[in-house]
Amino acid sequence: MSTETSAIGDVEGSALYDVDNPAPVIEPPRKRTGKTPKGSRTNFEMYAWLFMRLSGIVLVVLVLGHLLIQLVLDGGVSKIGFAFVAGRWASPFWQMWDLAMLWLAMLHGANGLRTVINDYAERDNTRFWLKMLLYTATVFTVLLGTLVIFTFDPNIR
Amino acid sequence: MATPTLEKADMAPEPEAGFADSPYITATFRIRRFNPEVSDEAQWQDFQIEIDPKERVLDALHKIKWETDGTLTFRRSCAHGICGSDAMRINGKNRLACKTLIKDLNPEKPITIEAIKGLTVLKDLVVDMDPFFQAYRDVMPFLITKGNEPTRERLQSPEDRERFDDTTKCILCAACTSSCPVFWNDGQYFGPAAIVNAHRFIFDSRDEGGEQRLEILNDRDGVWRCRTTFNCTDACPRGIEVTKAIQEVKRALITRRF
Ligand code: HEM
Ligand code: SF4
Ligand code: FES
Repeated sequence: MSTETSAIGDVEGSALYDVDNPAPVIEPPRKRTGKTPKGSRTNFEMYAWLFMRLSGIVLVVLVLGHLLIQLVLDGGVSKIGFAFVAGRWASPFWQMWDLAMLWLAMLHGANGLRTVINDYAERDNTRFWLKMLLYTATVFTVLLGTLVIFTFDPNIR
Repeated sequence: MATPTLEKADMAPEPEAGFADSPYITATFRIRRFNPEVSDEAQWQDFQIEIDPKERVLDALHKIKWETDGTLTFRRSCAHGICGSDAMRINGKNRLACKTLIKDLNPEKPITIEAIKGLTVLKDLVVDMDPFFQAYRDVMPFLITKGNEPTRERLQSPEDRERFDDTTKCILCAACTSSCPVFWNDGQYFGPAAIVNAHRFIFDSRDEGGEQRLEILNDRDGVWRCRTTFNCTDACPRGIEVTKAIQEVKRALITRRF
């Protein structure tokens, strides 16, 4: 039998909280109430979910193929240089491969991070600005990458 | 000898025998206490009690409340796994105290008991269930039909009944929803229990509100937030395949569009 009394039963000195003045309770983040807005009636989240699975399947081929070519075959990473890149981008096939990988990985990663931000950023403002930062970075990277793939000049000095 | 009783009478009187055969063990229950009328901080308190390990955690809580510390606060009603009031986090896993045997918890070590997560703790193991039931209400968990009411029972084939049998078993204990990491971080997510109860009507051949419910769960805070962690399936004391039910709702939404 325990001889202990309740651990929070007695408090030294004058109590900070009592029956008429209870301590604040800790509310969970973004609690659902009767005022929670009803759905938006769009299919955006469904398409985003589908896109994650479909782009994931394609990325398995693109990314593993990419890693194999860049890091394993033909002497591994030491062979990569300006000439190697120029040689591959001379072929429209590898241009398309890298373009698809750029777009899919960027949109997939950005959507994944959007999910993470929605999960963890509790305050509306924080969530909004983090997502704006994410979208800006994504658009910038995708456009810059696309530009480089199409305007790459092997004779540049 | 014919019966154990006779056998026992045959044995030499051993004063210690009864004690050695005692099923009782000393187990430590480490309970997360919170009382806003005393302190704004929660803390762990250990209770050592002698108890038969074949008893349940709920029996241990009763013993502590009735014999050691009457201020210990928890919910229970049926004590037999039907009412869904005593879901709690026992050794880090959501379970019903009334369905968890002490011997299954390794009573050599202290057994931790705390309130389920993601809901406001009001006192000790009691949480505010309002947000949980709000999500439940928001999926319209009742039969919706069009047209005139039939003059007799709405019949259903055994196959049609089988389609949603699993999700009829829910007792609304919130073990699943309060085990979901997405719900912990964002209470706007409907959570597994609401989806389970929507599933129960979406796949009921007699119901005609399926489309409405699917539309509700197609929302930003609906099924697409599920990340398939399976915490809900592990937690459900009714053995409902919760994650599977959520995936079936996702599939119904996708096949509805394509
Ligand atoms: C290689 C093949 C890949 C596959 C099969 C794949 C598959 C997936 C799937 C199915 C999800 C959704 C998880 C869920 O919602 O539960 C996901 C999430 C995610 N993916 Fe990928 N992915 C791949 C590559 C990538 C790459 C290259 C990146 C980075 C650019 C990336 C970044 C992310 C992020 C940030 C998330 C969100 C994580 C989360 O929801 O917690 N993935 N991935
Ligand atoms: S699905 Fe299972 S864990 Fe979730 S509320 Fe219902 S009975 Fe409890
Ligand atoms: S007390 Fe009713 S389910 Fe445990």
